[in-house]
Amino acid sequence: MTNQRDWPLWEVFIRSRAGLDHKHCGSVHAPDATLALQAARDVYTRRQEGVSIWVVRADQIVASDPADKAALFDPMADKIYRHPTFYALPDEVNHL
Amino acid sequence: MSGDLVDTGLLGPAHLPYLLRLADGSLILAQRLLEWCGHGPVLEQDIAFANIALDLLGQARLLYTHAGAREGRGRDEDAFAYWRDEQAFLNPTLVELPNGDFAQSVVRTYAYVAYQHGLWPALQTSTDPALAAIAAKSHKETSYHVEHLEGWMIRLGDGTAESHTRMQRALDLVWPYTTELFTEDTVTLAVAADGLGPTTAHLAEQWTGATQAVLATATLQAPPPSPFRSTGQQGRHSDHLGYVLLEMQALTRAHPGARW
Repeated sequence: MTNQRDWPLWEVFIRSRAGLDHKHCGSVHAPDATLALQAARDVYTRRQEGVSIWVVRADQIVASDPADKAALFDPMADKIYRHPTFYALPDEVNHL
Repeated sequence: MSGDLVDTGLLGPAHLPYLLRLADGSLILAQRLLEWCGHGPVLEQDIAFANIALDLLGQARLLYTHAGAREGRGRDEDAFAYWRDEQAFLNPTLVELPNGDFAQSVVRTYAYVAYQHGLWPALQTSTDPALAAIAAKSHKETSYHVEHLEGWMIRLGDGTAESHTRMQRALDLVWPYTTELFTEDTVTLAVAADGLGPTTAHLAEQWTGATQAVLATATLQAPPPSPFRSTGQQGRHSDHLGYVLLEMQALTRAHPGARW
């Protein structure tokens, strides 16, 4: 495993069936994009889990800071009027 | 197999040795690749080689089972894999060579899967329908193996000074063993005559075209042709096969008929 530190990390997203979204399922180390796709294929689809793979270099993902959690997300907790729960829906659209 | 098809019995004396050459080639290369399991340069490569090895093992199992059915003497896949001795194995010497460093493993594996990549499409018109079906299934696997190994050939050949040196050294060592894959003998001549499989000339043309392009991109130089011919497909092997078989067969032979 001597060189693994030098290889960038890639996040892997798999579309499990046509029509579904790609979902994050893990990560692999690889020196380039081609090998990252192959490693993702070998590690995450060997039991027929997927029909499409995305790999994204982990350092290219811009992520929110966990320390900002309170500022970012707490203010939403008491704003229930943002949920569309106050409308009386006709029966025909009950499955929305 | 449908009962209506007359697809039992061997189509000539070359049929069984030919099936065994193909099966043994896949099995022994699988064994060699699996030696990397737990020792790969990175975890991802460990899994990549193990996946390829399991595909090769699957090919060997289908071919052995088919060979045993055609032969009609009750031999199953285990009889072929575990109960034959060294001189009965008909794999080309190429696949039994030691793994060496990662470069040597890449060059050797690439050389053989590139050979299979030309072989499987040609076998899809074989007069042996089961062999044609196995070839069709295997071709998809081999296409991925070639893509993976080609990538490593180019990445390391056209990589750093050290990776290039190691790849060129591996090529000089491994390449002379590829001549055996395209050497005509009584088996290959009969196979071509009976329509069981392609001529060695056809395979050589496919392989040379594909590998020359990859070597050029990888900035590697094939060594000049030499008179050396390995003879594994005749059952005359290098010293290395015995050790592969010893490890592979020891458990079965110590506990004949054991079940999980």
